[in-house]
Amino acid sequence: MIAVYIGIIIVLVLLIVFIATYNRLVRLRNQVKNAWAQIDVQLKRRYDLIPNLVETVKGYMQHERETMEAVTKARNLAQQLSSSGAGERAKAEGELSSALARLLAVAERYPDLKANQNFLALQEELTSTENKISFSRQFYNDSVLHYNNQTQMFPSNVVAGMTGFKAGEFFEVPKADEREAPTVKFT
Amino acid sequence: MWEQVSSNQTRSVVLVAAMGVLLLLLGYFLGLFFFGSGVGGLIIALIVWAIMNLVAFFQGDNILLSLSRAKKISRDEHPRLYNVVEEMKIASGLEKMPDIYIIDDPALNAFATGRNSNRAAVAITSGLLQKLNRDELQGVIGHEIAHIKNRDVLLMAISAVLLGTIVILAWHASRILFYSGMAGTRRSSSSKGGSGQIIILAVALVLMILAPIMARLIYFAISRKREYLADASSALYTRYPEGLASALEKLAASDIQLQTANKATAPMYIINPFRKRGMAASDLTSTHPPISERIHILRSMAGGASYFDYAQAYQQVHKTGRSILPASALATGAVSLRAARAEVAGEEPDKLQRARETSDLLWRRSGYKSITCDCGARLRVPPGFKAPSVKCPHCGRINLA
Repeated sequence: MIAVYIGIIIVLVLLIVFIATYNRLVRLRNQVKNAWAQIDVQLKRRYDLIPNLVETVKGYMQHERETMEAVTKARNLAQQLSSSGAGERAKAEGELSSALARLLAVAERYPDLKANQNFLALQEELTSTENKISFSRQFYNDSVLHYNNQTQMFPSNVVAGMTGFKAGEFFEVPKADEREAPTVKFT
Repeated sequence: MWEQVSSNQTRSVVLVAAMGVLLLLLGYFLGLFFFGSGVGGLIIALIVWAIMNLVAFFQGDNILLSLSRAKKISRDEHPRLYNVVEEMKIASGLEKMPDIYIIDDPALNAFATGRNSNRAAVAITSGLLQKLNRDELQGVIGHEIAHIKNRDVLLMAISAVLLGTIVILAWHASRILFYSGMAGTRRSSSSKGGSGQIIILAVALVLMILAPIMARLIYFAISRKREYLADASSALYTRYPEGLASALEKLAASDIQLQTANKATAPMYIINPFRKRGMAASDLTSTHPPISERIHILRSMAGGASYFDYAQAYQQVHKTGRSILPASALATGAVSLRAARAEVAGEEPDKLQRARETSDLLWRRSGYKSITCDCGARLRVPPGFKAPSVKCPHCGRINLA
């Protein structure tokens, strides 16, 4: 009789642990999704800001047509790839970041432009959007790491395997020097 | 790595529990002493505590913000500040954007408030806002957001209420004892209890004197612990401990005291608002660890920006093996530091521009309008200005008001 009770208790405990682990995994997966949505919001915001920037800058920087076109091209490419996976997208966005950084660096040479209130406001918005992209990416990657650890470590990996939780993909920007927001360098 | 911190506050919770026990003891023995019933004292203590809790819960943040005369600002009024707060909100994974307040005060300080992360606010003095560059501002805001994210605001509110209740009870009891000392003696002479009564008297007296002091020390201990954690979190969010370190350095260099701070709200600020200049000793009665030490720890974080790196830096600075952060927070992967932003003139507003930006904001808040004349001069038009146009005192051009 006692053995039966112990058996029932063990089964119940296992069931509770199973449910708790499953719920934790769901919560973590939602956090990853949520974090991804955050990156998406910021990337979209950047797509919206770039045409404004090019428009503002155009009048001042006639000789920098190439730089401006590179930004527009990178933006359009990134936007096209916005529905693809994290890896491919990160590459396109990384290129956009560096094209943008070049444009802003060139802008430093135009004092008239730097006196333009509209440009200054846009520059602040772009700097901040770049920061927000890297901070949301940071949070996303931390969430993915935490989630992946849970799906791969014992005992939660058992639950994850049974209920079909798959590891998440990191959002890594290819080159090391693109990890930070565009900085303006005179070299 | 993010939720562990909020769930792992065991040591802080133990300290809060100690304050609770202190309150119960005080209530019990005061009750026993004044009306011969410990339970009655307990009930009175709990009622006072409950009332103070209700006030703090529903009005705490409003009281704090209005006490410090903070003004809420919108995105358009100071885009950079708003953006930095939003950046830190994203980095910390906070769900809702906190409200942003500015305190018109030349002192350098900032604080966070709000009983939960959905009703949070950060406030910064205008003095600090114009002193800091973007990285430094990020470090300070990261520290404040960390207070919200780590639930320090709630924790400190709970301990502040406990402390307040203990102080109020002890104070009133001592007044009663002092002014109507007869009542107590009459009671004890009429009752037959000899030594028992004396023991109760002694315990009640000791508690009356010691409880507020002990509660204060516990309160300060909790506060200091949370400051370290908030610094560590700020470094983790920004991946750039140097930002906060250099901001703290600027804070340390100023000795203007915040006019609107008071003792109860002190732990909420980024540095102790009552700090005397050059005070270095880490004593028990301080709400914050010494700034120089906080800077030193942040600057010693060579390996990375994780909690683990912060804890190591702390041990290195203190030469102890004791960890300052909860163990579960340390079990995280490596977090690399962000490279320093290339410092380029013109990339971000310099000191003068920042000062102008902030003062413009404050003028606008008081109803003044600002007109930029074609000659570059800026005219401020007071709120009640009736005439349709103003003449520029520099060039004589007529500007529409």
